[in-house]
Amino acid sequence: MAEGRMRGSAAPNNLYFPLTLTLSLREREFSRQYHLKRELLKFAIFTILVLLLPLAAKEGYILNVLVFVGIHSILAIALNLLLGYAGQISLGHAGFFGLGAYISGVLTATHGQNPWLAMCYAAGAVGILAFVIGFPILKLKGHYLAMATLGLGIIIYILFNETVDLTGGPSGLSGIPNLTLGTLTFDNDLKNYYLVWTFTLVAILLAVNLANSRIGRALRAIHDSETAARLMGINARFLKVQVFALSALLCSVAGSLYAHVMTFVAPASFGFNFSVELVTMVIIGGLGSIYGSVLGAAILTLLPELLRAFQDYDIIIYGLILILMTMFLPGGLVSMAPVFMSLLRGRRKQPGGAHAEA
Amino acid sequence: MLKLKNINTYYGQVHALKTVSMHLNKGEIVTLIGANGAGKTTILNTISGITPPRDGEILFEGEGIVKLPPDRIVRRGVSQVPEGRQVFKPLSVEDNLELGAYLRYRSREGRGEIRKDLEKVYELFPRLLERRKQMAGTLSGGEQQMLAIGRALMAKPRLLLLDEPSMGLAPLVVQEIFRVLEMLRHEHGTTILLVEQNAKAALKLADRGYVLETGKVILEEVASELLENKEVQRAYLGRDKKEIWER
Repeated sequence: MAEGRMRGSAAPNNLYFPLTLTLSLREREFSRQYHLKRELLKFAIFTILVLLLPLAAKEGYILNVLVFVGIHSILAIALNLLLGYAGQISLGHAGFFGLGAYISGVLTATHGQNPWLAMCYAAGAVGILAFVIGFPILKLKGHYLAMATLGLGIIIYILFNETVDLTGGPSGLSGIPNLTLGTLTFDNDLKNYYLVWTFTLVAILLAVNLANSRIGRALRAIHDSETAARLMGINARFLKVQVFALSALLCSVAGSLYAHVMTFVAPASFGFNFSVELVTMVIIGGLGSIYGSVLGAAILTLLPELLRAFQDYDIIIYGLILILMTMFLPGGLVSMAPVFMSLLRGRRKQPGGAHAEA
Repeated sequence: MLKLKNINTYYGQVHALKTVSMHLNKGEIVTLIGANGAGKTTILNTISGITPPRDGEILFEGEGIVKLPPDRIVRRGVSQVPEGRQVFKPLSVEDNLELGAYLRYRSREGRGEIRKDLEKVYELFPRLLERRKQMAGTLSGGEQQMLAIGRALMAKPRLLLLDEPSMGLAPLVVQEIFRVLEMLRHEHGTTILLVEQNAKAALKLADRGYVLETGKVILEEVASELLENKEVQRAYLGRDKKEIWER
């Protein structure tokens, strides 16, 4: 029935066509600029929020937690590019995070390398490693990809544990210096807060930019149907590998930051549990939403502080959250934002008002 | 324009195309007819590079494209409208169309050109303009088919491969779509390879047709002759055996 009606409505539409077309194209240009402005505005508001937050959190302990929220945000954003946009799962991202931390740690603590340089070396090495591994591994799909990345994460974790001469083994690697900038040493929570969040903001800007570009569109196309994406001329295999490498590189930078902030690294922080935690962050926040990832990272970083009583059982609670979220809120927390907005709007305006926006 | 020489394509152990040879002249509409599993879709996917042949040769405008990956083949000017439409459901109509022009964003031509082509597609299918911000998954079947065709056109193909564009659509919509194909050939000189279950409609539109059976080309003929061919009438045009042979 709908098809029949369609033809009927196409004819009168054609009559006014030149007018509607030009109007709508102008509107289109406008809406693109509007979209860009809105993204910039979002980022500006978020930046101000980040800058001001330490004023509200004078207590050193909370500030310390916020530093980790920043680091975890970078990781969640990195994984979201892969999982939320390209639709490729990784259960080994804690491994890349760990590699960044250990390469930075070993180069600075053992070999006295400049920390900033070490961070670059680590990022380069991890990026290249992911790129090389990406080619065979990303040919796999779904469960098989999950298994392969899981294996990769475990191999890296075992390496940290077993290469005792290099990494100090299970007892960890200590004596990693803080980062410095001229005479400024990032040695307390407040300084580290601004250091880490500068990186987080850059990561957000990068990710938002990528997501809104034609590459972001291509990634979402791959997510939906790889065959159709390839028929559009998207080199799906290569693009997936590139995103995988970029994602790993971001994780490595987060790892380096972690090493210099903590001045101590141990394998336990980079195990399978943490990979699962990262996936949970991304899903809780919302697949394909950059700010959602930050929200997810914040929640999963603050939650353990609130769930101190459960200590070792926290993984059960993460699992439970993951199950409940995928069952009842598959779009993540950010998918509730429009609902909130329309609730707010509904209170101020008449119900019809929301329609004009759409 | 396009020439397939002795193409053999396998799915694992299954021999899907058995030494298939065929050709398309510039500006022609050629249709492939055949039963389910005859290898019609496989021919299109073999040309597009999705399922490369094990041996044989494919020449597009005189150059071999057999070893090329799909994106390079699209770049040469071959676009496919895949079976079952396969629009990107969670993306907006306009995002879908812009994805069709994915490779052109990197080339030297300006975005103005791409925008002009976007206008042209909207002119062709005004329905898409109305719905350009909607998720493609919310469109009706006919609209999704229009979107899939529009998306392929955004790549500015010289050869358009269509896989069962009439599948599951109301007859009026099928007419609309076939009218657009006819127009594309007239106004842009686009060469079209059309795979169809609806053999009658396809043969009426096409210049020539190939009949496929279990991976082999068993007949190649001018379309009007195929329409008259008694065996084709019986097997693909739904005529009763009695009607034709026992009159």
